[in-house]
Amino acid sequence: MSDPNNTLPAVEPQDQYSIEDDVETTNTRSYSQGQLVLRRFLRHKAAMVSLIVLVFVVLIAFTSIGWGPIPGWWGKDYVTPFPIVNEARPTIQFLPPSLGEHPFGQNTIGKDYFSLVMRGLQQSLFVAFTVGILATIIGTVVGAIAGYFRGLVEAFLMRATDLFIIIPTLVLAAVLGRMAGANIVVLALVLAVVSWTGLARLVRGEVLSLREREFVMAARALGTPAPRIIVRHILPNALGTIVVNATLLISAAILLETALSFLGFGVRAPDTSLGLLVSEYQNALTTRPWLFWIPGMFILVISLCVNFIGDGLRDAFDPRQQMD
Amino acid sequence: MISQAPARPPAQPKDLLVIRYIAKRLGISLVVLLLGSLLMFVLTINSGDPLSDLRESNAPNRDNLIKQRTELMRLDNPWYERYFSWLGGAAKCLIGQCDLGQDRQGRGVNELVIAAAGSTLRLVVLATVFAIVIGVVLGIVTAIRQYSGFDYAVTFMAFVFFSLPVFWAAVLLKHYAAIEFNNWIVDAHFSPTSIVVIAAVLAFILTAAIGGPMKRRLISFGAAFVVFAGTFFYFDAVTWFRRPAIGLPIYAIVVLAAAAIIIVMTSGFKNHRVRNAVATTAIVSIVGYALMRGTLMKQPSMLLLFACLAIAVVVAVVSGYAWGGFSRRQAISASSVLAVVASLVALADLALSNWAAYIKLQPRPIPTIGSATPNFEAGFWGHFIDTATHLILPTVVLTLISIASYTRYTRASMLDVLNQDYIRTARSKGVSERKVITRHAFRNSLIPLATIVAFDFAGLIGGAVITETVFGWQGMGALFKAGLDTVDPAPVMAFFLVTGTAAVLMNLVADIAYAFLDPRIAR
Repeated sequence: MSDPNNTLPAVEPQDQYSIEDDVETTNTRSYSQGQLVLRRFLRHKAAMVSLIVLVFVVLIAFTSIGWGPIPGWWGKDYVTPFPIVNEARPTIQFLPPSLGEHPFGQNTIGKDYFSLVMRGLQQSLFVAFTVGILATIIGTVVGAIAGYFRGLVEAFLMRATDLFIIIPTLVLAAVLGRMAGANIVVLALVLAVVSWTGLARLVRGEVLSLREREFVMAARALGTPAPRIIVRHILPNALGTIVVNATLLISAAILLETALSFLGFGVRAPDTSLGLLVSEYQNALTTRPWLFWIPGMFILVISLCVNFIGDGLRDAFDPRQQMD
Repeated sequence: MISQAPARPPAQPKDLLVIRYIAKRLGISLVVLLLGSLLMFVLTINSGDPLSDLRESNAPNRDNLIKQRTELMRLDNPWYERYFSWLGGAAKCLIGQCDLGQDRQGRGVNELVIAAAGSTLRLVVLATVFAIVIGVVLGIVTAIRQYSGFDYAVTFMAFVFFSLPVFWAAVLLKHYAAIEFNNWIVDAHFSPTSIVVIAAVLAFILTAAIGGPMKRRLISFGAAFVVFAGTFFYFDAVTWFRRPAIGLPIYAIVVLAAAAIIIVMTSGFKNHRVRNAVATTAIVSIVGYALMRGTLMKQPSMLLLFACLAIAVVVAVVSGYAWGGFSRRQAISASSVLAVVASLVALADLALSNWAAYIKLQPRPIPTIGSATPNFEAGFWGHFIDTATHLILPTVVLTLISIASYTRYTRASMLDVLNQDYIRTARSKGVSERKVITRHAFRNSLIPLATIVAFDFAGLIGGAVITETVFGWQGMGALFKAGLDTVDPAPVMAFFLVTGTAAVLMNLVADIAYAFLDPRIAR
């Protein structure tokens, strides 16, 4: 709060950098690149709201029914059928706030739908974030090597992207997903394998222009080994592209996984996923609409949140965006 | 095309460079297509056990059935023999004798593909065209009105559509749009309240897109509201939605209005060369349609329709050539666009004129299943409307989903272009804003889009697989899904061949557009 220019509360970066306030007369202070990015991001309202919603959804999904051996605070699991309460309708109330017996109602055989949706959320989020991280790593490595060394790797990368234009991602993922079977970890790996090419192409483009810059030339003249040049000098400058596209990869992975499960080539019963729930209850729209609406809304909300966060990051990393 | 290739041929004419560039891209695509087929084949035959259903069956002749299927699918042969025998059959497509093999029931895949490919490609191409047109228009309007309410609203909607799961949206649309519309069309009446609300909403959207100061906004809102509400009251009074028609007078007005818009968008009314060329095309279209309408209503055929379109375009090109003078190229393209628009309006008029007859046969006009009504007995126009109504919902779903990326990309690239120095130069020398946008900015802002079309087309084919599942189409998607479910390579490979070739062709179109928009590319 020491900065008089700062009108928004709670966006103040660490104070240790205020030593840089040499030019007190103009009443400006300098920020490092990282601080600028953070400040711009924190000011992006849609991105902040999305971040809060996303964190909230992730927390609920993983704490409510627990993850693996860790138990959650919601007493019911997603496999046991319960006696039908309230004609299986959702019992959640907002005024006064209460969850009731079955907040999202029950499915056709009485299973607790809240637990089912939470389980589906866990699966979708797990796949999405695993794919996001893995595909970002693969894409960055391939893109950086292709852009820096050119040659064979580049030729491979460009043909691989051409391949993905001809075989739609969903189709390739469906074939691989069928091979992967019902194992969620394998499914995540498979989706990562089909979704890294776009990012690799973008990173390559970025590296191609960065490697011609003076600071890279200087590093090379000093005899810095190539891996160090890539990691220390080039990639930090391509961070914006990488981070923004990592978020886009996550939202694409959410949609891809749910679509695969909907088609029957992804997560399979008895386990569940949001796409599988939508697929299972698409004919319940007239009789029990909540069975269809709730999982779909969750897919929409998490995908939307991730996209808005990506938009906020894009604005934050864009050097043309002016502070103040 | 083959040898004698110096790195940069010095004095070749421009067209030849473009052709070389395209030929090179096409060659690469074909190699990639070949590699892709190998990958798909290997993955498909290893994706599961094609005999699993027989292994679990209790039929007394189980072993016999297993043996039969092993023989039919050649499961004992090594994978490369199976691949090359498929490739050999598929390669015959180049000489016009396709042999795509048999599926595991022994049906020829050729026939299955012929039945399926038409409906799927129709769907995907239509959705691509709609998405590009609407997305580009929205993107440009939002870029011009950056940071306005309209911009924020469109941006938000783009994000929502971008995040929308296709299958979920498809089911919702099927249930709410189709079934509710079918219930409503039975008597097709609006209540006065809903007319007022609809007119107010439409007028509000239009006002937001037009923009301007408060006073102008109020005036345009009022005018638009009165026009919309009046139109709806009129439509309601004559139950227009059950027996709609455009009719010749309205057709003439619409074509003239389209001509005026095209002139304003391209050269402005002061350039009499373009103006005269477009006006000639408009008048010829109106007169021609007045003469042809009766024939087209009574004895229509696909050939006749295409012939009319071709004549319209030829007239447009000739009049553009004759009037054009120094702006010949612009005159030709502007009048050709008008010819296509006029033909589409004529088609809409013909279809709407036959709607009343169609709705008598089909009391619930918007179907939710399939790509055509089976055993539907109606003339040419009946079938035309039947296909169109089956296409509506899947096309809307696919279009909605890819509109978002086109809108965002067009907006970004338009903003990028509008910040360039040459735009500032144009503005500072007094070029009107309309000219700045239509002449200097628009074409350049389209350049990045050409690359996105290729990626988006692949995405749309993936989307079509899902959409076909939801709407129960017997298209390529169903072929693929069934083939993969039963680990049957022939249908899966046929799917790959058709969609892959379509993607290559789409890429080619994008490349040509790219070379046309940015001549530097070809060098």
